[in-house]
Amino acid sequence: MGKVIVITSGKGGVGKTTTTANIGTGLAMLGNKVVVLDADIGLRNLDVVMGLENRIVYDLVDVVEKNCRLKQGLIKDKRYDSLYLLPAAQTKDKNAVKPEQMLELTHELREEFDFVLIDSPAGIEQGFQNAIVGADEAVIVTTPEISAVRDADRVIGLLEAKGLHNPKLIINRIRPDMVKKGDMMNIDDMIDILAIDLLGVVPDDEAIVISTNKGEPVVTDEKAMSGKAYQNICRRILGEEVELLNFDSEEGKFSRIMKILFGK
Amino acid sequence: MDLLKIFSKNNTNSKTVAKERLKLVLINDRADISPKFIEMLKSDITRVVSEYMVIDEEGFDIKLTRTKRESDDAPIPALVANIPIVKVKEKNIK
Repeated sequence: MGKVIVITSGKGGVGKTTTTANIGTGLAMLGNKVVVLDADIGLRNLDVVMGLENRIVYDLVDVVEKNCRLKQGLIKDKRYDSLYLLPAAQTKDKNAVKPEQMLELTHELREEFDFVLIDSPAGIEQGFQNAIVGADEAVIVTTPEISAVRDADRVIGLLEAKGLHNPKLIINRIRPDMVKKGDMMNIDDMIDILAIDLLGVVPDDEAIVISTNKGEPVVTDEKAMSGKAYQNICRRILGEEVELLNFDSEEGKFSRIMKILFGK
Repeated sequence: MDLLKIFSKNNTNSKTVAKERLKLVLINDRADISPKFIEMLKSDITRVVSEYMVIDEEGFDIKLTRTKRESDDAPIPALVANIPIVKVKEKNIK
């Protein structure tokens, strides 16, 4: 019996879809059978981030309405045989799927897979409710901005009310240089405010833009700092204790010289 | 480090401002409680505690936050009050 994990945030544009694609791919790289499910009906995007947009025949709505079998709706990944995508419908609206249907779908999927990752839509309406209904665990994605942290806090409260306790936090797009200057909230600030456990920290990284352009999740990129961060997140999900990355090694030459000269 | 400070534009860094603003906004978000409600609660607590001890009303801080329950680590809302005591009024205790 597999685990169903919903990736959510409240606020849009913080990196839910990128996170889902990377955790899904990363877990498959580590030998797990994974399905990533795009629950953002009408605003389908997980397919393009995964680079599978040309292979879609059926979608989530087709599957729940039984226009096709579940197996027909699942798209096999280009690189990893144990990774599948169930795309959202692009032309239907958010109410095309009912919570009971989502619940039944997640039950079916967990029979087949080790991990079922659900990419939740932004917001806290029906689409969000559908995304969380069948989940065992939740991962909250936030960025170091007031608006994103505020929405994360709201979502934590809503998850709690639905019986999804102890969600885990991913802090996305942190900029070590700005944190150092005191112009960006740091990891401790956000953990302190949200009072939840940290699953990982992903730096703001050009490699993510490049990999998304190509439709290849950055977790497959050995050299990228963000790829490494996602690999670590996957290992933590599997129960390993992995230390947080030290982003300081990435800092510019100038600040390194300053460090040598002034000792701090 | 001091040398670096000279070049920075101002002393209060923007993250501290962000954190404080966020904390304030979350008080209302979390409990759906107005600042007026908190003020009423604060003055009532001051009145009761003042019967037993002299408190520093300037330093009195009260806020709604979230904490983890000790038994199972579940997050729960908590009312946290920081009441600096000047001295205890011993003669009131019989």
